[in-house]
Amino acid sequence: MQVAVDGPWTPLLGRLSLEAIPYTNPILIFTFAIAAIVGLVVVGSVLYFKKVGYIWREWLCSVDHKRIGVMYIILGLVMLFRGFIDGVMIRTQQAIAIGPNSPGYLGAAHGYLPPYHFDQIYSAHGTIMLIFAATPLLTGLGNVIVPLQVGARDMAFPYLNAVSLWLTVAGALLCMISLFVGEFSNATWVGLMPFAEMSSNPGVGVDYWMWALQVSSLGTTFNSINMIATIVKMRAPGMGWFRVPVFTWATMATAIIGLTAFPVLTAALCMLGLDRYVGTHFFTAGMGGNYMLYINLFWTWGHPEVYFLMLPAFGLISEIVSTFSSKALFGYPTMIAASLGIAGVGWVVWAHHFFTMGMGPNLIGFFSAATMIVGIPTGVKAFNWIFTMYRGRITLATPMLWAITAIVLLLLGGITGMMLSASVVDYTVHDSVFVVAHFHCMVLVIGAGIFAAVTYWWPKVFGFKLNETLGQWFFWTFVLASVLVFIPMFQAGLDGETRRLDYLFDTSLRPLMLAEVTGMGMYFVSLFCFLAMLVVSLVKREPAGQDPWGTARSLEWLTHTPVPFYNFAVTPQVHALDELAWRRANGLEKAQPERYVPIHMPSSSGLPFIIGMLSFVCTFALVWRIWWLAGASLLAVILLVIIRSFDKNEGYVLSADTIAEMERKLHTVSLIAEQSKVLPVGGQVEAH
Amino acid sequence: MASHTQAGADVVLWNASADAHDNISARTYGFWLYLLSDALIIAAVVACYAVLDNPLNAAGGPLGNQFLSASKGLVQTFLVLGSVLSYSLATVALKRGNKLGVGLGMVGAILLAVLFLGIGMGDLAALSAAGNGFARSGYLSCFFTLIVTHALHMGFGILWMLVMLVQIGVFGFTENVVARLLNLRMFWQFQASVWVVVYIYVYLFGGAH
Repeated sequence: MQVAVDGPWTPLLGRLSLEAIPYTNPILIFTFAIAAIVGLVVVGSVLYFKKVGYIWREWLCSVDHKRIGVMYIILGLVMLFRGFIDGVMIRTQQAIAIGPNSPGYLGAAHGYLPPYHFDQIYSAHGTIMLIFAATPLLTGLGNVIVPLQVGARDMAFPYLNAVSLWLTVAGALLCMISLFVGEFSNATWVGLMPFAEMSSNPGVGVDYWMWALQVSSLGTTFNSINMIATIVKMRAPGMGWFRVPVFTWATMATAIIGLTAFPVLTAALCMLGLDRYVGTHFFTAGMGGNYMLYINLFWTWGHPEVYFLMLPAFGLISEIVSTFSSKALFGYPTMIAASLGIAGVGWVVWAHHFFTMGMGPNLIGFFSAATMIVGIPTGVKAFNWIFTMYRGRITLATPMLWAITAIVLLLLGGITGMMLSASVVDYTVHDSVFVVAHFHCMVLVIGAGIFAAVTYWWPKVFGFKLNETLGQWFFWTFVLASVLVFIPMFQAGLDGETRRLDYLFDTSLRPLMLAEVTGMGMYFVSLFCFLAMLVVSLVKREPAGQDPWGTARSLEWLTHTPVPFYNFAVTPQVHALDELAWRRANGLEKAQPERYVPIHMPSSSGLPFIIGMLSFVCTFALVWRIWWLAGASLLAVILLVIIRSFDKNEGYVLSADTIAEMERKLHTVSLIAEQSKVLPVGGQVEAH
Repeated sequence: MASHTQAGADVVLWNASADAHDNISARTYGFWLYLLSDALIIAAVVACYAVLDNPLNAAGGPLGNQFLSASKGLVQTFLVLGSVLSYSLATVALKRGNKLGVGLGMVGAILLAVLFLGIGMGDLAALSAAGNGFARSGYLSCFFTLIVTHALHMGFGILWMLVMLVQIGVFGFTENVVARLLNLRMFWQFQASVWVVVYIYVYLFGGAH
């Protein structure tokens, strides 16, 4: 039994027809032109430099955790840009559409976006920023850092790791293609029921949103399994649980959340899919549906998901604060306890997302109190960072600036969060932009943590540092922009501006809107600084040594820079929580292994990429209800998995001689980098 | 070699023997983690069933106590448990490296599972034919989903067993094949546990005798 759809349907193409392409919308045509030009330049340069084979072999087929991590981060940055442009459109629309008599352009009553389009933009903004920007960025950082920090050769399941990446890419592709074929959901990033049901939302927008979330969350679940197995099973000898670096602990807590929370989302979205495709009545209005069931299920995942993003950021900040204070992290055991505590409490606070939807005073009391409890472990973390800095020798390098900013933002977001956890306050300001400003402060903590981490670990992966001057320009412009956008937003929220509205009724909010839109302009400046930083650093390529910051403490800084694909020539024996700091204190940081033994490495494989792309085809076909294509691609995935299980290729062995040769070369590179570091600090490194 | 807290002359900095991670152990552990996440999917569906098991959500249609038969469910339960027993006998044969024993045990497990699925799907078809299909009410939607979710697990397990029958024939008991057979054993017991939860919660608590 299949739900009847509006409009034409053909067996061959499903609902897909030329009318699905929004060629009448000037904004989308412009976007398409830009995307096409960028795409052509990328594809053209790959062809021109004859790099197709290189990219296929070395990247798309790679099972190396560092390469996969870098691809996650690239995906995250691209999607961050897309989400940012959505944000710019939201802000410019509201800055133009102030008051009932504000002018309308491009066929809109107010501003330049009709409400239906505006709804899609903020739905896409939320979905993309959380699921396709923050998640891949953090997963990517975890991928790069965790196996190095625990002294492993790769993740526990390198092949599954690649599958996770390409499933996430499939979801992101689905989001992107919805721009040019069809439409995106207009039912917010959380999916409002019964509004997202077929009866009120017969288009393909909700299907795009639903499948994008579904396929990428599968990838995230797999990645969580992989992370936990890596941390539990792959640690270097001597690394007991209390010698596990704090970022790895944070990733462990986050992976536990990912493993336990994402299946609930999978179930909820499956039920929504059944409602929309075969006509069940889980969340419908009438026929025994219960739409409060959906919002409970969604936030049962959604709130742990917030901490899923938050905890790795906390871990990153911990590592960086400790390195740039030249001190061991203060309160390491309490830091771990706090991470696990936040992960645990995160399970019992979900209903604070809908205090106003009628749940009775007892439940409100419970969820209000539980939410306030989150402040305790978070406070422990904030104080631990401050105590780490106290009496430390602080270097204000770019990563440290980001980390300190994250602490300040955490305070701002945390205190407003405490305000919102009191249900009486929440009743007053719910669905106002005060809430929006609050959680943007929190996601900016994540953002700051990510930028800090990218700057900090960049030399480890690529072998050269990012440009410090432009990094600081990027930092200061970004901070200024954030202040300009989000501080006025708190005020606008208290003044009664509701979220998700395409125009403002109150003309007195105009100065605040103008400040916010100025901030968005400032973000463009910081984006320019970011790109300039990348370009200048890529051109200069000043080689970085084994420990480019001089005060790094954990295991990943023990190996060469850039890290060879086998990570450590011989697995290190771990003696302390901060292994590198311990070796430095004992004068052993330069010690190299005397002899090498053969290493077993996993072979690269194109199958994960193909499985990911087939998943994209399958979900795209499901969005447009092209049944044969969906069935065929799903069948192909199953067959590929079975065929792969007959593959006897179990990796290859790197001989001791090869390793010795590679190590000798890497050692020379390190020596050159050390030489350049001898030059006076702050002085220009010139070629002689 | 033991680690040292102070760096002496005999300090061990590199451990060349550390690479020998136990492959089967890591895979089994990873599979446990997958089962945990799958159990949460089941938990979410069961929680939904608990919410929707309510005259309001039956929307005038039947609730479980009007069409479920605990005794028929008991027959199904014995089929599932018999299937698990059959697979367990296969793993006993695996210990002795007996290909025929493993094959027979797995074929037995498949046959009992197919019989189970025949009864279960027949019930759902009869329910639909009487006008009480999954689109009748929120309650029935969730009931069908719960039963079909379990059935899908079973179908997946059957497919896995068929593949393993071929692999035993082609490869014999290699490390990979044994690891898969052991994971499959956990999976098969997992789906049986799911059925036991469904039987107790849906058939015994909510159904009629």
